[in-house]
Amino acid sequence: MLEIQNLRFTVDGGKDILRDVSLTIPDKRFIVITGPNGGGKTTLARSIMGINQPTGGKILWNGTDITNMDVSERAKLGISYGFQQPPRFKGMRVRDLLDIAAGEALGHDKACAYLTQVGLCAKDYVDRDVDASLSGGEVKRIEIATVLARRSELMIFDEPEAGIDLWSFARLTETFRSIHDKKEATIIIISHQERIIRLADEIILLANGQVSDRGDADVIYPKLMGLTMAGCNMLEVDRKC
Amino acid sequence: MLNEIQKQILAVVSGMAEGAQGAVNIRADGKKAYRSNTPNVRIESKTDKEGIDIFVEPHTVADHVYIPVVITEEGFHDVVYNDFYIGEGAKVTINAGCGIHNCSGCDSEHDGIHTFHIGKNAQVTYSEVHYGDGEGEGKRILNPQTILYLDEGAKVTLETTQIRGVDDTKRYTKAVLSGPNAEFIVQEKLLTHDNQVAESEMDIILDGENCRTRVISRSVAQDQSTQIFYPRVVGNCACFGHVQCDSIIMGKAKVRSIPEISCNHVDAGLVHEAAIGKIAGDQILKLQTLGLSYEEAEAKILEGFLR
Repeated sequence: MLEIQNLRFTVDGGKDILRDVSLTIPDKRFIVITGPNGGGKTTLARSIMGINQPTGGKILWNGTDITNMDVSERAKLGISYGFQQPPRFKGMRVRDLLDIAAGEALGHDKACAYLTQVGLCAKDYVDRDVDASLSGGEVKRIEIATVLARRSELMIFDEPEAGIDLWSFARLTETFRSIHDKKEATIIIISHQERIIRLADEIILLANGQVSDRGDADVIYPKLMGLTMAGCNMLEVDRKC
Repeated sequence: MLNEIQKQILAVVSGMAEGAQGAVNIRADGKKAYRSNTPNVRIESKTDKEGIDIFVEPHTVADHVYIPVVITEEGFHDVVYNDFYIGEGAKVTINAGCGIHNCSGCDSEHDGIHTFHIGKNAQVTYSEVHYGDGEGEGKRILNPQTILYLDEGAKVTLETTQIRGVDDTKRYTKAVLSGPNAEFIVQEKLLTHDNQVAESEMDIILDGENCRTRVISRSVAQDQSTQIFYPRVVGNCACFGHVQCDSIIMGKAKVRSIPEISCNHVDAGLVHEAAIGKIAGDQILKLQTLGLSYEEAEAKILEGFLR
């Protein structure tokens, strides 16, 4: 179980990115965190992974206070994170990253199985370097495959759909559905995609650094539109900006 | 007969796997320690100076040549001239590693001057591994020179690797692609640490129509070490050249990268790229999210970069 208690993240200059966020996420749940740009979603996800150090509050994972643990320690406790904009590595092959993720030499067949789950034809990619020769969408799918290969208890994905073509995206949503159906992991996805939102057990709406609502997709989704456009003169008032 | 230390160094630099087949010349502390030929590769000692001549018969198919050098004698300064004559259409792989073990306070040095005459349509892979060890305060110095002349359609891949242990190195490589459609590929890997100094200078002259070259240099400079790269490519005809120098800088190291391309013909297409930077923080973080410690992540990134 993941427990987030009164989490705050304030940047230099005093701006609050997260303001007193508290959440409890039971095991094996599929949660989508959504909300307007700049609402604090990525900061929350990175704080859970330990990439951002919160300025207040606590994070507990399976009862252990992980607030002051570094990224490596949290990874070893079963937390994984798929970056919104994954880094590239000169000289590191796709199979190398998958092996590191799995903690073992996967062998060709297993490595291929993970790539297939993200819509990549494995034989074309497994020996390629994860460098600038790959497109943004290809790197993104490889990133997601490394999270799958971790087989961790808590998988966090930051906008997994960004940069991915429609056909691969369809394959990816099936992969998320399958993990959830088999109750293999707790899944937290930051997303704006209705197709992913519809898969979730619960939607958390994060805006202005706070949880402004949470519940079923049918209830939360319509509120999103209103929240994003609310108060825009151009759209709603006098068509002047 | 080699001693135990010589055998250990030989295992690192020779590139000879167990049961390896091919022509062999082992040079230990300035003397011939072992030699064998194959039906298509003949190795002969020079009579006017230190070194050997290596003759590869025309149309040789996939033969192998090993010419490792080992230095363990304290303060030894070795200068050797090796000339290669690769026949037309021959296909050959050459391993020319050099290892220095120095436990003394005196400097040990090996200067290998290799000259290649590559025949029409011959294909050569030339692999050079440099290595140094020993606890002495004397330096381990390697100053290789590689000079290549490529005839029509000849193709050479030069792989040079120097990972740790060599205190001072000054490498010079010159390739003249005089025949049309010749190709010269350089893959250079270098890691320096402590107070080591490494300099790599290169002149590639593209004289033959449609000849090509590609230089890929990857280096890591750690601690207070210093590296300097001067790859220069000259295009005198319709040709293609690409120079790519990437360096990772760490600690208080210093790296200078000065690629130069000169086009003397309207159809000469030459490109250079050079980048020097520290390991990106998000690369470390990514590997940490996969369970590696900071140190393990750094080591993996360097291992891949210098693969």
